[in-house]
Formats: sequence, C-alpha cells, structure tokens
Amino acid sequence: MCTNISETLPAAGAAKGGSGWFPVTAANVGFDHAVGSRFDHALLLDFVDPARGPSARIAVELDLETGRALVAALQSVIEAAERSGAPV
Amino acid sequence: MWNSLRTDAPAGLVAGVTAYQAGDGDLVHAYVARPEGPGPFPGVVLAHHMPGWDELYREFARRFADHGYTAICPDLYCRTGHGEPDDVAASVRAAGGVPDDQVVADLVAARDWLRALPTANGRVGVIGTCSGGRHALLAASKAGGFDAVADLWGGGVVAAPDELTPERPVSVLDYTAGLDAPLLGLFGDQDKYPTPELVDRHEEELRKQGKEYEFHRYADAGHGFFYYHRAAYRAESAMDGWAKVFDFFGRHLSTRS
Repeated sequence: MCTNISETLPAAGAAKGGSGWFPVTAANVGFDHAVGSRFDHALLLDFVDPARGPSARIAVELDLETGRALVAALQSVIEAAERSGAPV
Repeated sequence: MWNSLRTDAPAGLVAGVTAYQAGDGDLVHAYVARPEGPGPFPGVVLAHHMPGWDELYREFARRFADHGYTAICPDLYCRTGHGEPDDVAASVRAAGGVPDDQVVADLVAARDWLRALPTANGRVGVIGTCSGGRHALLAASKAGGFDAVADLWGGGVVAAPDELTPERPVSVLDYTAGLDAPLLGLFGDQDKYPTPELVDRHEEELRKQGKEYEFHRYADAGHGFFYYHRAAYRAESAMDGWAKVFDFFGRHLSTRS
C-alpha cells in the first residue's frame, strides 16, 4: 500500500555517499514501500540536499524495532553530548 | 493471453524514451513501446506507481507492445528532477506527492498523443498499479474520454476527509458519475490499502450509478502482487491478473473482428 506517511524537517550537517560528502539541508522520515530491503514497508530515513537534485540523498530503510532502538540511542547520545559540554 | 504467441510470427517492437507535450505544455519524458508494422494498433497509457518511473513500468510497456498495443508511460515525476527512480520518488514523497490535476492532464495528453499516431486504431485504455491505479481511475472519471480503464489495487480511491491533501484534494469515488469507460479492478484480499471493505464501498457506488465494471479479488494476495521483485509477488494470481488485463483490453480496445 502507499501509506503517504512522510515528514520533512530542516537539517544541518553533511552526509557521505558514492560521490563523497555533500551538505544535508533536510531530513525526510517516512513509512512506505521499501525499495532496497526485504520488507513490504519500512521506516524511510533520507538525508538530502534538494538544491542538488534527487540524487543528493542518503537513504536508509529500517524495520520499526530498529527505528525505536535508534530513537532511544539518539536520545541517549544527545543527552550525553549535552552533559559533556563539548561545542557542536 | 500470456505466451500465446506463434513461433513463426514476426514480433518486432520499438521502444525508448521520448518527450511529449504534457497537459500544461511542458515537454515531459515518456517511455513508448510499440509493435513494428503499420497497425492499426490500440493504445494504452500506463500510469506508473508511487515507486516511480522505473524499470518495472518499462517492462510493462514492452509487454503491452508484445501483445499488440502501443504503450506510453509518461514520467509523472519528470518535473521533480532526474536521478535513479527511487531517489526521484523519494523527492516526490517528501513533497507530498504530485498534484492530481497535473497527473490527469499528463495522462490525457498521453492519450491524445497515442490517438494522433498514424498507426493508431483510435481506441485508448489507461492502466496503473498502486497510486497509478488511483491516477488511472481519476483520469478516466474526472477527464473521461478513455475507452477502458484498469485500476490495479489503487489505494485512496475511497478516501476519508482526513486523508485528503492539497495534492490529492478529492476522493476519486466522488467522480464516479463521470466515469465513461468500462472499468477492470484487480485487488488482493490481504491488502490494507485498499482493504476489501473499501473495495466493497467502491463497488457499491459503481453499481448504484450503473457503471460497467468487473472486479476480481485474489484471496492469497496483498498489495502489489504483480511485482516479481518483491515478497508480495503471487505468481498464480499475477498470471491470472495479466490474463484478465489482456482479455479486458482486448474486448474494449481492439477493432479487429
């Protein structure tokens, strides 16, 4: 099914793909048809720079369990980062 | 029918990417596959699915050409940019999809492009899977003027108000009165979008409005059961479905006795 579940958020960072590093200006989070994984549907995480065209994209497909674990790990690391006082 | 070719028959076809003038006058890419020879050939417009203008749909186009149809598959995502199909589709998804009116105009322009060919028999159908099934039915209902339409597991035909978006502002069901072509629908009973209940609702509306349609449902199948590269593939149902597609288009698009 096409779920049309998708959210976009602005992002600041960089990602590395087959052509090297590029700036990441947006992150897209969705749940829809999988392309590269074995799942029917998957969490779709895209780190993109739309100004560079559709190919400026690092794509990850995950199952929901991995997604939840990733959210927890991100939260844990973000809290540790803030406690460390190290500048971004 | 599948594999009903004659081994001593010519089977040449010509296929490739061209550009045609889409609904808003933009030049849009389209994959065209046609049988060799003078015709006359019926035409089929292919509305590709949400994963994009991809290799699968190019194969579909060549399959129709193999069966005697001139097939055109417009790149409905052409205006988004270019890259590998899944990258382009991801851009479209992030943007909320392509606007319905733009898609309808592109499909209608493709229909007229087919009818203008010197090899055309004048009859044109439209078919799509997944979001393309919805788009095919929308074009045949809102714009009309097709000779047959096939909706293969199109999700969102029956849409609740909270499912409507700026790009998809209508439930296709609301355009049922405008449908002026016979409709073939293929659905999997295990599909979640559309569920069998949503297919029932669609069928109820078609019946109420006296539309010509035939729905076929497959108990072992879910969404995308033609897609041999995915786990959703159901070989027996897919082959039966293809046979029903060619039988349906043969009855409604052929001008040969």
